[in-house]
Amino acid sequence: MEAIKEHKGLVFPLNRTNIDTDQIIPKQFLKRIERTGFGQFVFYNWRFDDNGNKREDFDLNKAQFAGASVLLAGENFGCGSSREHAPWALLDYGFKVIIAPSFADIFYNNALKNGIILIKMEESQITEWMKEAENGAFYLSVDLEKQEIQDDEGNIVHFDIPSYHKEKLINGWDDIALTLLNEDKIKAYEEATQA
Amino acid sequence: MSKPKTVIEKIWEKHVVYQESGKPDLIYIDQHLIHEVTSPQAFEGLRLNNRKVRRPDLTFATMDHNVPTKDRDVVKDEISRKQMETLRKNCEDFGIKLADMFHPDQGIVHVIGPQLGLTQPGKTIVCGDSHTSTHGAFGALAFGIGTSEVEHVLATQTLMQEKPKTLNVYVKGDLGPGVTAKDLILAIIAKFGVKFGTGYVMEYTGEAIRNLSMEGRMTVCNMSIEGGARAGLISPDEKTVEFLRGREYVPKGDAFDEIAKDWLALATDEGAVYDKTVVINAEEVEPQVSWGTNPSMCVPISGTTPSLESVKEHKEDVKRALEYMGLEESQPITSIEIDHVFIGSCTNSRLRDLQNAAEIIKGRKVKDGIKAIVVPGSFSVKLEAEKLGLDQVFLDAGFEWRDSGCSMCLGMNDDIVPAGGRCASTSNRNFEGRQGNGARTHLVSPEMAAAAAVEGRFVDVRKFKSGVLN
Ligand code: SF4
Repeated sequence: MEAIKEHKGLVFPLNRTNIDTDQIIPKQFLKRIERTGFGQFVFYNWRFDDNGNKREDFDLNKAQFAGASVLLAGENFGCGSSREHAPWALLDYGFKVIIAPSFADIFYNNALKNGIILIKMEESQITEWMKEAENGAFYLSVDLEKQEIQDDEGNIVHFDIPSYHKEKLINGWDDIALTLLNEDKIKAYEEATQA
Repeated sequence: MSKPKTVIEKIWEKHVVYQESGKPDLIYIDQHLIHEVTSPQAFEGLRLNNRKVRRPDLTFATMDHNVPTKDRDVVKDEISRKQMETLRKNCEDFGIKLADMFHPDQGIVHVIGPQLGLTQPGKTIVCGDSHTSTHGAFGALAFGIGTSEVEHVLATQTLMQEKPKTLNVYVKGDLGPGVTAKDLILAIIAKFGVKFGTGYVMEYTGEAIRNLSMEGRMTVCNMSIEGGARAGLISPDEKTVEFLRGREYVPKGDAFDEIAKDWLALATDEGAVYDKTVVINAEEVEPQVSWGTNPSMCVPISGTTPSLESVKEHKEDVKRALEYMGLEESQPITSIEIDHVFIGSCTNSRLRDLQNAAEIIKGRKVKDGIKAIVVPGSFSVKLEAEKLGLDQVFLDAGFEWRDSGCSMCLGMNDDIVPAGGRCASTSNRNFEGRQGNGARTHLVSPEMAAAAAVEGRFVDVRKFKSGVLN
């Protein structure tokens, strides 16, 4: 996983609640056996019609949102299926930061393991940003170290993130390597419990 | 006396390998189940890093999501075939037991775990699949994980997890006649929403839960994730023990009686405290039908779709859901006509589910123009059902009788509902496009699905049984 300390990017507002992972990446794209190449399918059924043509009325398809890398969304983002293809697709498309009032548990873990910065933020603040971002020229900078988000006018909003998660993102740690440092303890547990 | 504990705390404490303040606990995983869709990238990760599977003996694999449910040997889709081939190769290379498409133990991963007795009280069980919560019905701590976590478990047989908060879902009183476990869990989610369980592990308690069969308990625990909780469980009792007795992977003879004592001791202690409690009155629960695009958008059969005026929060989302579903506001549920019926999925594809549906359908006919399929949860369920003659009951009525798999629950194989099609489905998710691009899903119990197949619209199965519909 790549380390990430800060990020500045164009904001895409997706004003819907309970966006499930079936919407983020529909099942027909889960058959690949690689981790890469899912970005082209993100929000597929919202971005494309039945014939595979772009839906002009879906904002992400509009020119002013090209290159967006900060996603604003409604509560309970990433609910439903545990498919890690969802964060793979978001990241591959270019989203590095997701800000929402709340995230589903499994999605939260999955995204964290792929180095996406997930920020829980009050709904009122998100609603404000959603409005500002509507026309596609709104940027936010996230400083993970300081736990701050700044807009272009210099307004600063603080955010909370568990310190362990923060450390992981900043260092780009590989969980498995970390756990294997405790292999002796795993062995001892197995011996003690005869697992 | 020591402090009273919940079953959740008891299991957790037994599984902590390593603890350090400010960090998640490292917990041991007793049983790892894998399937073809969420595992290939995990094995690839192992290979890239030259890592082995630490405990192939605690790992069990099957194929369920992609498998054809008719003409099993013809996987038309090249990529599906490759995904299944990849699982076969991975299991061979790493020494993991696999119940492949043709194996007698094959089935939906959450159906075969309990059926084989791999699922046991007190175990920590994980699978790269969010409905792993199903196994909680046995008093196991079972939850879904992502592919990176699958790789982590393969390599270390452990997971880093924050100790979960506990949530008591207390079901007061008992369910009325003709009201099922599926109606109960749908009513719970309708009442408390799709995220009341986020950050928690649920324990279902109360008379109605105790009175449910093990199959019914599995149906309830299965949908914990639809309420936001990664895991939902039920304290083990005699029913749990009797269900498991004699299953392939449980101890035999005296050893079974010994382990059964340990299982029963896991039940939540009198006076244990939960972080949160919610209460629902079972007597008020009616047969449910979902009308929208998430499982909380669900009402009793006597109800209607919402009126937009009455919606306080996120009105836009409700409007979009009605639009997607092709429904009007304030529309009576009994006026909704369907063209597909799916009886299956890890929620409702066990023998008892099929028996309950068969009882409704027996001697009746599926209404003209409706495509109705039954997909047993496993090979073994299919065989048992056939022994009881259920296949003939369904076939005579005009249902198709298929081989086991996930099938139309998510339509990764050929079993999809076409755009604009409307399906009465015993599965667990009514998300946009879940059963096929543009497909409309209504979640119901097997009994309600069977009655809808006959009438061509949703009806109260209790009235249907009595023969007087209106
Ligand atoms: S039946 Fe449906 S919900 Fe269950 S494991 Fe299969 S795809 Fe997932």
